[in-house]
Parts: sequence; C-alpha cells; structure tokens
Amino acid sequence: MASRLISEMGLPKSIANVFAARSIKTAKDALSLTEFDLMELADMGLAEVTSALAHISERVSPPYQTALSLLEQRIQNEQLAGHLPTGLKGLDEALFGGIPFGVITELVGPAGIGKTQFCLKLSLLASLPTRHGGLDAQVIYIDVESKFSSKRLIEIGAQSFPEIFYTRGMAQEMAGRILVLRPASLAEFTESLQQIKLLLLERRVKLLVIDSMAALTSGEFEHGASKINPLGWHISFLKSVGELSRIPIVVTNQVRSQSSDDTWRYNFQVGTRHRDLEDTSKYDSQLIAALGIHWAHAVTIRLILETISGERFIKVAKSPMSPALAFPFSITSSGISLLNDDGIEVVGQEISTIHCDGHSEIIHSDTLQFHRQ
Amino acid sequence: MEVGRLPISAALKGKLVSAGYTSLSLLSSLSPSHLARDLNISENEALDILKHAPHDGRIDTSGGHHIISGAQTAWDMLHEEELLTRITTSSVDIDNILGGGISCREVTEIGGVPGIGKTQLGIQLAVNVQLPVHCGGLGGKAIYIDTEGSFMVERVLQIAEACWDDMLANNAISQNVHAGQVGMQPKDFLENILYFRVCSYTEQIALINYLDKFISEHRDVKIVVVDSITFHFRQDFEDMALRTRLLSGMALKLMKLAKKFCLAVVLLNQVTTKYAEGSFQLTLALGDSWSHACTNRIILYWNGNERYAYIDKSPSLRSASAPYAVTARGIRNNVSNCKRIKLM
Repeated sequence: MASRLISEMGLPKSIANVFAARSIKTAKDALSLTEFDLMELADMGLAEVTSALAHISERVSPPYQTALSLLEQRIQNEQLAGHLPTGLKGLDEALFGGIPFGVITELVGPAGIGKTQFCLKLSLLASLPTRHGGLDAQVIYIDVESKFSSKRLIEIGAQSFPEIFYTRGMAQEMAGRILVLRPASLAEFTESLQQIKLLLLERRVKLLVIDSMAALTSGEFEHGASKINPLGWHISFLKSVGELSRIPIVVTNQVRSQSSDDTWRYNFQVGTRHRDLEDTSKYDSQLIAALGIHWAHAVTIRLILETISGERFIKVAKSPMSPALAFPFSITSSGISLLNDDGIEVVGQEISTIHCDGHSEIIHSDTLQFHRQ
Repeated sequence: MEVGRLPISAALKGKLVSAGYTSLSLLSSLSPSHLARDLNISENEALDILKHAPHDGRIDTSGGHHIISGAQTAWDMLHEEELLTRITTSSVDIDNILGGGISCREVTEIGGVPGIGKTQLGIQLAVNVQLPVHCGGLGGKAIYIDTEGSFMVERVLQIAEACWDDMLANNAISQNVHAGQVGMQPKDFLENILYFRVCSYTEQIALINYLDKFISEHRDVKIVVVDSITFHFRQDFEDMALRTRLLSGMALKLMKLAKKFCLAVVLLNQVTTKYAEGSFQLTLALGDSWSHACTNRIILYWNGNERYAYIDKSPSLRSASAPYAVTARGIRNNVSNCKRIKLM
C-alpha cells in the first residue's frame, strides 16, 4: 500500500506533475514529508497541499471491518476459528483452541528443555489431514542451529498417530510436507524469507517454524546499543506475512542471564531500587529471554518453558486472551505431554521470570534418552 | 449596520463619525488601543464600542469573546468541562485517579512493558465507550487501529459478554429483552468496533490523515484507540529527525480530531530503556520529544506482584497510582489489595 504510485491516484494533473518532477513518486514519499516540507518542495500553498495529502491518504488508508465481521469470517473460513491445536488439552484451552493463526507465538526457555521437541510435534500436527486435527498442509521449518532430527520426527509421529504412520506411504507423505531450510547467516535467512513469502501467500504452507531466532544475531543490540535493531525488518515482515496469509508462526528464543544493567524500573520507582541492588546474587541465577524488549513487545504469545525443582513447566507468559497459567510437562517418545491439564495460576513478576535449576540437570535432546522410555 | 444605531452615547457616536468611522465594518479589524487613540477616548470606552462590531462579517453567536475570534474564556471552558463525560475503565480505582475515567477531547497515552495489559485496557475501553452514559460510557462507537496484530477477536467477545453480564446484574437493561428490541447483546458490542489493520508507518500516517473525513461520516465514533502508536516507528527509521517530525505531526492531528469531534484518543505505547542518573531505567518509547506530545500519560507497571497504573503526566490530575487486575472478564479492580490508592 505504501508503494502505491502517486500517478495512479487520480490527483489533479497539475499537482501530480509537480510531485513527479520533485521525485515524489510513491505514497510513502509523499506521506513521509510534513505539510510544510511539501509546500516548500512543490511550491504550493497550504490549502493545495492539504487537499492533495487528504486525497492520497484516503486512497492509501486500509479499509475497515467491524470486529463482528472479523469474528464471523474467522469462524466461517478457518479451522477452529483460527487455531492450530497442540494436542495438549490444558494449553489448547488456555489459548482458546491452540496456537493462533496470523500472529507470532514464541517458545523461550533454557537449552535442552524441549523447545525443538515442541516444534517437531507442531510441524507434524500441521501436516496431518484435517480429520486428525491437522492443517493438511506443508510446513516450513527454518532450522538455524541444525537441531532438526527427521528420525525423531518419525518417532513422534509413529508413537502419537500409529494408525496413520503405519499406513503405507503415509509417513513419507507427512514427512514430505515438512520443508527444512538451514540458513547459515542472517543474510541467508533474509533471503529465504523473501523466497518463501510467495509460498506463504499462496496458502500451501500453513505453518512457519523458526528454530531459533536468537541464534541469528549475536545479541549486540541489547539495550539499544545500536538504534537500528538488526532483526527489525524481519519482525515486521513476519508479522505482516503472518497476518496476510493467516498462518501460525512459531519462533523459538534462547535465554541469557540477567545482568545488573537489566532493569524493570521507571524513574518514578527509583526509590525502591536500592533494595535490589544489594541482592546482586539474585542476578546470576536470573534468566531472561534473549533478543531484547522490542522483540518481547512484538510477539503476541510467549510460552516460557522452564524447570523448577526438577519439574518442567510450560507457562503462558504473554497472551492477549489467557491468564498466566503454568502446566507441568514431560518429554516422551510421542513428543510433549502435559502432566496436569488444569494449570497453576502464576501472578506478578513470576509470570515473566524464567527458572532453570542448573544446566547439568537438563537433558539434551538426544534420541538416546527417548528410547529408554 | 450603521454607527448611528449603536447603543452608545451620542458624544461617542459623534466622535466616531468625525473620525471617519461611518459604518461598523470599518471597525471590525481594529484593536481597542488603536480606536482609543483615534477617538481620544479611554480604552474601556473603545472596548465598549468594539463589542458591537461584527468580526469578519460574521455574527458571533457562540458566546465567544468578541475581541479574538476562536477564543473562549476559562469560565466557559470550565462549564464545558463539567459537562464532559468520561469513559470508565471498569476498574473503580483507576477511574478514581483519573477523575472518573478517560476524558474526551484529550489524547491519553498509555504505556507499559509487554504483557502488562495495554491491549486489554484498549479493548476494555473500546467496549465501554458503547455503554450508555449512566453506566460510564458515551453510547458511541469505537475505532480500533491495530498496528501489531494484537487484537484477538475472541478476547473482545469475552470482554463484551462480561460487560453485558454486569449490565444485566445491575439491572441496567431489562431482563426481558425481546427479540428485535434494541438492546445491547454481546455481539452488538463487536459490531460497533471499527477495526483497521495498519501494516506500515505510511498507512498509519495516511489513516490518521483520513480519520478527519471518516469520522465526519461516522459521527457516533467516540473513541479512537491506536495499538500501538510505536510499532512501525521503531524499526527501519534511519532518519530520526524525520521520525520526530512525523510523530509530532501525527500527535497534532490526533489532538485536533479529539477536540473537533469531542472524542477520546487513546494511544498505546511500548517501553525501552534509557541511561539516566547513573543506571538504566525504563521509559516509554519514541523519545523525549514525543513525551511532550500527549496531553495525558499513564504508565502501567508491576509493583511486586500486582499491576498498577500511574499518572505520569496530566494537566489537571495529580500523580497517583492505583492497582488493577486483568481478569477473564477484562480490566477490573484488584480485590486482594486493601491499601488502594497510593498518592505520590
């Protein structure tokens, strides 16, 4: 919309010509200037400029919809009104049906906790035929850290849906729907995104998994060290392509330890800061999600995977529609399963903290581990 | 109108005529001191005369001051402000520190960390504005401008249903709502929320420019929520000076909209960190120049395990904070807290 040409907007000829002569070719060019800038550049009076801008604005503005028609559209056109069920009953209920379409869902947690396992399960679920709760579509899996294990994928499939997977040819077809990309750098990743955009918009691909987003950058942009976030364009792109194609986008993120520079206080709260400063030992064991606060704002749903006293929990930390609930889970041969569907309610700062008992206790996603079960 | 018919003393009339002011139109662009000098009379007398002179050929019927067109006395404004209704936030504590709720004719900025409840509050206000005046609303429609895709329609339905339940419980609407009778059903709330999805800063600027015309055609809109104002301006902006100019242009247009159509404008903002007083602090995004742009500023933050709203900037309300909760029914009072309002 922003790149629409001025020449096609039906402005009076004289004005359109003046704009073209001053290199104001697209709507973006015109709207990026204030009225006074335009007056000076095009040598026109305020009234003319205002009416030209109003004309352009009207044509570039997005159309509106009532919230009711939005709801009805979703119920009518989309499976479960726009959700991909995860098969984890408690989580699906908390998320009103499953992973929502059209927005970014983030999985964040310490290494080895099960994020990739979750992604593998989701990829499988999306490729299944609709009668089994799937989306009957292709999946694009962007595997940045080379953690994708097709062997594990088939194992999950065979254990969770034996009736499908033991049917001849089905395993091949399901696995054949999952396209794995392995970009080696941020530039390659950017390139892949551009390429898959068409596939996404054609709606043949109905799930995009990026595992993991944090591995693409070296974390140099924390704390606004550089004003331009290297992932800024990617975040916008993912959000807009997800919206347009109405597919779920699942992204995994790493954790890093909290430094004393990290802060959750405003200037009017400064008085209470001193208490925490003394307790610096707290900082070493505190983990926070990588990629910074801008990314935290950009994701719509944040699921935190963590360990507390040896038990693993998946917690809905940020969601516009669910309360903060934590569900204990375990990793089995058939993927992830919840130990309790009711969920424990989490309040306050606990919602966004990430617990990790100690790295030695974390089991790495090795297929050896699962065969024991 | 002829000078001769002015309700002033004959002596003054005589002076006017001899100075050459034979018709009132000649007086219309004079200042009192100028006239006083010309006629050799006191300024007060000159003022008296000028009161009767029409300005720019228009008869000023709005009761505004005759000396400067468009100006209003503070007394008239006070009278108007008292008549202004506010939109409830559904949390009595927050309504109290806001003097009743979010006010019309003003731009209110609400910011906070991810997950604190900004979108929740935005949706709650978009639903509450539709309530009748005696329930804390304005009986109007809402425009919701979504720049981030955080508008989850199922959640809006949930909040609308809770709102409807509350209204029933308070007997605000009759229990026997007949089919076909005009009464607010939960889905009706959704029909009155006009949703725009904006995908780039160009679209955002275009839409805000277009709102003037749009709202003239949809006069029942009483609130415009922008969720969030920040998102498209935080990335891909190499020219910071341009960003500042565009943002202030947007802020001015929104303020004009608020005043012209007498509606509330609520802008949701994100946070960022800044280095001040020897450490990093949280602050609302978009920089220092933006922080001057909005009339009111509310910061939502975590205080221990509870959510609080703090009035950071307001021309008439004092700094105070109040606790609130985000429940399945929407924004509500935080019932577990005894010590409610904390004054700063």
